[in-house]
Amino acid sequence: MSDEEKVSKIMFVNRRAPHGSIYAYEGLEVKLIMGAYDQDLSAIFMDDAVLALKKGQDTSELGVKEFSATFRVLEDYGIEKIYVVEESLKERGLGVEDLVIQPEVIPISRVAELMEQQDILLSF
Amino acid sequence: MLHTVNKSPFLFKNFESCARVAKAEDPIMLYEDGVYAAMKGTAVEALMKEMIAKHPVFAIRADVKARGIEEKILEGVKLCDYDCFVDLVTQHKIYAWL
Repeated sequence: MSDEEKVSKIMFVNRRAPHGSIYAYEGLEVKLIMGAYDQDLSAIFMDDAVLALKKGQDTSELGVKEFSATFRVLEDYGIEKIYVVEESLKERGLGVEDLVIQPEVIPISRVAELMEQQDILLSF
Repeated sequence: MLHTVNKSPFLFKNFESCARVAKAEDPIMLYEDGVYAAMKGTAVEALMKEMIAKHPVFAIRADVKARGIEEKILEGVKLCDYDCFVDLVTQHKIYAWL
């Protein structure tokens, strides 16, 4: 395998709530696009990004796209390692049962180690 | 004075500053990511409950529904449509905690 074909470890680090800014939606689009490139992809949801995974979102009255259901296809796009930070859920009164997907719950103390293992970190 | 808060209480200090500054009885309007402050069981629940005791607290229903948190809204927070927002705006001076 040449250097150009080397598989990179790429992690999406998500920290934003779903509708107050474009970060969460744009981040999701980039994840789906990157899924086509056979890289080693993972995603972590911390801080307000755990709110993007909340079940039961209904944006019909806002007239903006409701994209939370799309998180369910991340696995099919090659993003099989998905983490959610326990402390971020707790601070927002949420548990994994409130989420549209069931990511691996990790303590915030593991985030640095996961970041260290990556070649590239993408912030959304 | 009507105080409006549209930022997440977890990533920004706007809600806390509003809580410190607003005079008793001043209405508080939560909209956009500001509505997350009205959720049960969060890190700002105690502060939110103090606010509810001292102020009329409103949250825009469309923003609450968009975020899927309607069933988690604290008792005492009044869900409000845009008409009610307009009424409050016409009845008060406004400070927006942007």
